[in-house]
Formats: sequence, C-alpha cells, structure tokens
Amino acid sequence: MNAPNKSGWKPEMTLAEDGMHSGPATTTGNRALMLEEPLLFEIGRADVTGVDLPAVDANAPTRLGGLARSEAIGLVGLTEPETVRHYTRLSRQNYGIDLGFFPLGSCTMKHNPRLNEKVARLPGFADIHPLAPQNSVQGALEVVAQLGEWLCKLTGMPGVAMSPKAGAHGELCGILAIRAAHEARGDAREVVLVPESAHGTNPATAAFANYRVEDIPATPEGRVDVAALKARLGPDVAAVMITNPNTCGLFEKDFREIADAVHAAGGYVYCDGANFNAIVGKVRPGDLGVDAMHINLHKTFSTPHGGGGPGSGPVVFSEALAPFAPLPFVRQDAEGTFYLVEEENREERGPSFGRMTAFHGQMGMFTRALTYMLSHGADGLKQVAEDAVLNANYILRSMEDILHAPFAASGPCMHEALFGDKDFTGGLSTLDVAKGLIDEGYHPMTVYFPLVVHGAMLVEPTETESKAAIDQFITAFRAVVERALAGDEELKQAPYYAPRRRLDETQAARKPVLSWQKPDD
Amino acid sequence: MRYLPLTDTDRAAMLEKIGAGSVDELFVDVPEVARLDGPIRGLPMHASEMAVERHMKSLAAKNLVAGDVPFFLGAGAYRHHVPASVDTIIQRGEFLTAYTPYQPEIAQGTLQMLFEFQTQVARLYGCAVANASLYDGSTACWEAVAMATRVTRRKRAVLSGALHPHYAEVVKTMAKFTGDTIADAMPAITPEPDLGGLIARIDDDTACVVVQYPDILGRISDLTPVAEAAHAKGALLVVVNTEPVALGAIKSPGEMGADIVVGEGQSLGVGLQFGGPYLGLFAVRDPKHVRQMPGRLCGETTDAEGKRGFVLTLSTREQHIRREKATSNICTNSGLCALAFSVHMTLLGERGLRELAAENHRLACLAAERLAKVPGVEVLNNAFFNEFTLMLGGKPARAIVRDLADRGVLGGVSLGRLYPGVEALEHALLVAVTETTTEEDIEVLARELEASIKESAQ
Repeated sequence: MNAPNKSGWKPEMTLAEDGMHSGPATTTGNRALMLEEPLLFEIGRADVTGVDLPAVDANAPTRLGGLARSEAIGLVGLTEPETVRHYTRLSRQNYGIDLGFFPLGSCTMKHNPRLNEKVARLPGFADIHPLAPQNSVQGALEVVAQLGEWLCKLTGMPGVAMSPKAGAHGELCGILAIRAAHEARGDAREVVLVPESAHGTNPATAAFANYRVEDIPATPEGRVDVAALKARLGPDVAAVMITNPNTCGLFEKDFREIADAVHAAGGYVYCDGANFNAIVGKVRPGDLGVDAMHINLHKTFSTPHGGGGPGSGPVVFSEALAPFAPLPFVRQDAEGTFYLVEEENREERGPSFGRMTAFHGQMGMFTRALTYMLSHGADGLKQVAEDAVLNANYILRSMEDILHAPFAASGPCMHEALFGDKDFTGGLSTLDVAKGLIDEGYHPMTVYFPLVVHGAMLVEPTETESKAAIDQFITAFRAVVERALAGDEELKQAPYYAPRRRLDETQAARKPVLSWQKPDD
Repeated sequence: MRYLPLTDTDRAAMLEKIGAGSVDELFVDVPEVARLDGPIRGLPMHASEMAVERHMKSLAAKNLVAGDVPFFLGAGAYRHHVPASVDTIIQRGEFLTAYTPYQPEIAQGTLQMLFEFQTQVARLYGCAVANASLYDGSTACWEAVAMATRVTRRKRAVLSGALHPHYAEVVKTMAKFTGDTIADAMPAITPEPDLGGLIARIDDDTACVVVQYPDILGRISDLTPVAEAAHAKGALLVVVNTEPVALGAIKSPGEMGADIVVGEGQSLGVGLQFGGPYLGLFAVRDPKHVRQMPGRLCGETTDAEGKRGFVLTLSTREQHIRREKATSNICTNSGLCALAFSVHMTLLGERGLRELAAENHRLACLAAERLAKVPGVEVLNNAFFNEFTLMLGGKPARAIVRDLADRGVLGGVSLGRLYPGVEALEHALLVAVTETTTEEDIEVLARELEASIKESAQ
C-alpha cells in the first residue's frame, strides 16, 4: 500500500513549478472523481420514499388517544438509487484507514478485519433481543463471558465489567467503583490525582464523580513525577489516574512503585488503558498493581471507529474493586448455563454500584473483538505489540535529526512517537504541518496533545502498516517538516487538494448553524 | 499472521535503523517483575479465518434468532425491517474506518452526514437543535437530567413511574455519585398514565420532570399539562422516547412543550444486536440551551475559498478543552449508528415514516383486538402506538414468557423481568408489534398464549 508508484510519481520527484493543482474551473464545481454533493434537504422531497409500504388509510381505526400528528414532521426522502449515490459521494470526502495511513496518536487506527464485520452480522448475534429469555440466548451470553475471560487473562486482572459503552464510559465505571469501595468503608476521600499529560476525559470523569482533581507534574523526561506524586498522597486521595504507556509514548517505568505507594496511602490505581496496544501480550497491567483499567475495544481489538463511535470500554478490576462492578454481569451455574446477574439477584449482586446503561453493553463490538482475539491468539497479540512499538521507534529515529523530539533521549518510545514544533520558522505551526500532510495523502497525526509539549505531534503507526508504507510516510513527513523549518509561506494555506480548504471554525462557533433551515425561512 | 505486514527482514532492517539488538530492547522500561517470558498462558494461539468463523458460528447457533419465530419483544428495543442499502452504505470503508472528524477538510462526508442527522432528529422531536448522538437512550436520559440541573441550578429530578426501569436505574446510579436527588416511583397499572400524581410531585426545588412517551406500558397521553406545571415551577420537562417510529404517527414531544427530548434511535437502521451498540438521541427545543448540551455538535461554516463546509463546533463545552469543567466526560458519539439511522430515515422520508408508523399501528391494533379475545387476558391500555400491556388474569408473566419460548414464540417482555420482586406487576406482559409482524404471527401468539395460560392453570 502506498509504495512509490514505479510508473508514475516517485518520492524524489518535486512538484511541478506552476502548481499542478490549478486548472480551469468546472461548471459543476466537480473535479472528475471528486463530486460536490448538496445537502439531503436540498435534494429530497417530502412525498418521495425509498421504501415500499402500504399507503396510509386515513379512515383506518386508531387507538392513538387523540394524539395523532397533525403537523408535518419536515423530513424529506430519496429513492434507493438516489440514497446510495448521496452517501457514496459523501463517503468519498472522508479519509479512512482503508484508504491510507492514519497515524492518529492515542487512537490506534489499525486495520479493521472484515471477518469481524461478517461475524457481527450473523443473525444469531445481530438479530437477538436484549430481553429475550436467557435460555434462548445462551450463545450471546457465552460470547460476553468468553471475551471477559480473554480480557482478564490478557491483563492479569480477576474481574471485568462489560457494559461500559466507550472508553470514557469505562473511565466513569472505574472511578465509580473506586468511590463505591471507599464509601463502603465509610472513607469519604475527596481528591483524584491526574498527571498533566492525561487525556481530557480523566479529569472530566473524576469531576463528574464529585472528586476534586489535582494535577501531578511530569518530569523533563516525560514521565510522572514520582516524588511529587508521593508527596501529595494522603488520607484525602481516593485514586490516581495514570495512562500507561503514557501520552508521551513512554512506559511509566516506576508504575509499580507508584501503585505500591498509592495502596499504602489507602488509595486505588486507575490506569487509562487507551494505549494498551503497545503492551498487549507483553505486559499484564495486573502485575503492575492496577486496580481498574478500561480497554477500548475499538483501539487494541480492532473494532471499527465508525467516524467517531460506537466504541466499547470494558473495565478490568482487581480483587479489591471487582465486587463493586456495575450490573448486569454474566455468570455460569454448576450445570454450565449462563445467566445475567441483575438488580433482582440481591445476594449475587453484592455491593455493585448499580447500572450504567440499559441492557448489557456493546454486543456488536464484543463479537468483533472476540473474533479478532481468536484470529491473533496469544502469540499474535504479542506480535501486535512488538510490531506497533517497532514501527513507532522506527519513525522516531527516522525523524529526530530534523524534528524536535522532546523525549527521544528518554529511551525507546512505546507505540507512538511524540514531536514538537520548537524549530519551525516564519510563524509556521504544527497545524500547518498537519494540513501539509493532508495534501501528501495522509491523515495527520494527533496534534496539540499531550499538552505538556509545545505544538505536540503524536504519531501512532500501529502494527498494520508495511515497512514500505511507513517509509513513504517518513519521506513525506520529512518533506513537510523541512518546509515548516524553512518557513515556507505556502504551507500556511494547506491543504490545497482536499475536498475543502481550511474551514472557519471561529465563524461556526460564533454564530452556530446546527441544522438545515430553508433559505427563505 | 494475516493482519501483520512486517516481514522478519523488515524487522531486522528497522531494528538496525533504531540501533536496537532485539525488539525486547524496546521494552527495556518495563520493570523486570512484569516482563513475560512468552505468549500469555491459558489462551489459544492464532487461528485461520475459517477456524475462527467456525467457532463464532457455533456460538451464534446457540441463540434463537428473532426473525425465525413469531416475535413480540420491545421494552426499549424494537425489531424493524432495515433496508439492504443501509448496511452496504455503513460498510463503506470511508465511513466504517474513519475517525472523529478532527481534520474537517478530509472528513466532510462524516460531517455533512452528521449535520443532516442533527436536522432529521431535531425535526422528528419537534426541537430546534439535536446533537451528533450519545451512547444510547438510557445514558442520554441521564445526560438530560444532568443538563437540567446545570440549567436550573437545582438538584432534584422527578421521574415518572412509567419511565423504562433501566433508564431510571441509570439515572439513580449516576445521581448517587453527583449528589442529585432522584424522586422515582413504580408504574401504576392503569389504563391511563397518572399525570396528576406526577404533577403533584413537582416542587420548587425540581430541576426537571422526566416522562417517557410512549411510556414503558405503551401508553400515550398529552404531556402539555406536565410541561405547563413544570414550567410554572421553573423546572424543565424532559421527554424520553424509546421508539422513534411512533413519532411518525403521534405529536412530537417538542409540540407538547418538552424542553429536552432524548431517546433511543435503535429502531431505525441499527437493529437489535442484543442491546448494543445503540444510538442515543438528544435535542433541545430552545436554542438558548445549546451551550449546556452534552456531546458533539456539527455546525455549518465556510472554507478559505468561501465554499460551504462543516466542522465540529462549540467544543469549548467538551472534555478535551474544558477538562474537569466540561459539560460531560463524553468523548465519542455513536457515529456509525447515527449514519445507519440517517440513511434509513432518508430512505423513508416524511411519507415513508408516516406509512411505516401507520402500518405498525394497524398491526398493533389487530394484535390487541385478537389477544383480548384470549380467555383471561385483557388489554390494559386505552391508547398505544405499537406496544401495549396485557394483563394475564393473575398468571405470572415471566413463566408464561419462558413457556412461550419453549413453544417457539418470543411472546413479549414480562414486567416481572423489568421489575423483579414487585408483586403488583408480575401478571403483566408487554407486547410489541412492528411492520415485521405478520397476521399469522399474531394468530400463533394468541393460540399459544391461550394454551400456555390453560396449562399453567392445571
């Protein structure tokens, strides 16, 4: 994929002097394969439908209690061919992993295997109701149980909650279990410590659970300042939330020491598992003293990101926190029958902190993730982590001679390489590099995160890229960075070749237009 | 391993560039105690596509597929026909394998779709603005309560007894941690919802009243008096809808004065999927509340050449900017489910949605009429859309549901399953009917229900 094309463009070729992009304007605004598409509401009609249904019989008896709708809803429809074309045209204005390299740091944009999709659509999984009698959905409950077992074994943790709907929901699950565990002891602690390099969801989650959030500084080498953290521990600290590997792409080598200190002070250790892909099959978080960790199935276990969800965020728990896990959960009785423990199972539910969502979690993601795990097996998952880390280090060492890499001297990175904009000139910024990469045919890396590095660029290649694809990216990345170092004014206007030029986000926020209105309304 | 493109030659060349002797040297920062000496034990090794598919199929085969039997389950998840084009569109890699549109210049497909989706949801709900979706209906319900507490600066929410019990549980669980007070109640088994009783529970400290429409028993009633009573006390009305198809036939919550409308969007495009992933819908009637909304919002703007385009906007509400001061910790929406919903809604359009709703209601009326003829069975509801409550003449509904499953009929959701241990609700069965239900299915249910009740009497 993306190997230099032997018959055409090659990395060593330069852009045509006169700018290849400028051609005569077209009447339609289209550019060959890139077609402009109006809004649905500009092409649809109220009386058109793409589904054949019986016409409404205005005289049919109803039992709507006098609430029959009298006003038009304001929807429009398209026939099937128009619908397929509308969305196909829209889809072509999107960048996805299927199209190219997507090194969005901390998001783990790896290949989404199509067997996963096929399995999730088996009627035995896709067409079953969450409240069906449990004796009629034993296979579904077994999937939940099997996936839970994989997660426990991969993390070395004894308990798991499967219902959280996404990573941030999983964080909430972990923090609520921590609060419930403290409260069960009558220990009302008020503070959660969060390193300043953390994902924004960490402090937002802790604040939601009514904790006061305090920042812990990072050391110059990009890790948690252990001395500062230890100094802050005390009877008011409920938990620390640490991402490991951290958002600077480094393994927190003192994690065990931190965990021991937190436990000695009566607190719990929450690990943000967003970066689990770096260590899956290589390191078990349970061996490092973690009490709770969410796992983004859409990152490490290849379920599709879908343009921003749905995710899935099961949480693994230590012995200390497992009893507080949310309802429902799956158990197996002595005869081998699977069943759900819900509100009614008063003894078995124990001190569970309650329910986080209707039903049982993201089943459609469970079937995909389990399919992926079975495909890789324990040996393959270990190779996943090794290749992901190898690729990131290769990028780090291929860039550090021209691009500021603040933690390059801290040792190997894990699955992502972090850079900063320190040496750019002419007012050029990280944003310009990102937009320049778009023109080169790449989805940019994560930018301006983590906050601890100025103009951060976080590059996560994942394990599903070939060396040729990574080499071509490095060539392009270096070229764009060199333009930024040289203060190339043209880069400030990039992208030139995307379906849209830079969009005015200030205008969008100042006068929000959040739904379509008829122009003359 | 079919998903890993690196060869051993590649790996050796890359290690050389890095200056490492082995890949394990890259894991040098992992403490000695936590290093594993090989693949994790107790798990299988890698397997072929064929072998994995065989294993997963064997698990799928242990489930009774809804489409294979007469099927009447609802209670917050409904089985509707999803046109074939929905699934092919959501499987296009440009939608399936994209991520949150952080780089709008190369994500206009997702963004324009979300803008259209927001417009569809807002209009369906009779609201001004909808967001780009939340996890599911139950979490959207909690987010509505949380938003109402922000808007009113009050900390008490009054829940209708006829709110889906899972939704009420989610709200109560979350409120335990935020310190909000939740006044909940059990549903009263009456032909009409007790709105007078609900209104009486609204006081001067109430941030919001939460009412489901149609409610958990399938009943529908005009919520205008509740809106008026809530507003008179300075509280907001939150209306929860778990069946969007209903709004093709009955008045929208916005029309009746709801301030926040939330719901489950699973009925359109998404499918049953054993409960997830689903689609949380969230809308506000008054645009002045937009800045208190949770979740992502897509807005219109222009690019540097003046062309119309779309971006995620008002993100100063969100966690990645505001951190601990965010309106919610949510960092995702239910993007692909929103796409499925929007494609299905586009295929239906105004006309199709109204026809679909009418067909659901027609079949539900037929079913209610037929099932009322089963000896010992009564229909509780005065009014309903496509789901109603059957009273089984003192027979325990849970046992009847299990017995019906053994007879090859998925006959409904017992209130006993939803409200375990509440004696007053043990004899009620929720029956949902959609366009996928045939008249023959209804006949089979009536016959088997009669037989099941008779046998349980012996």
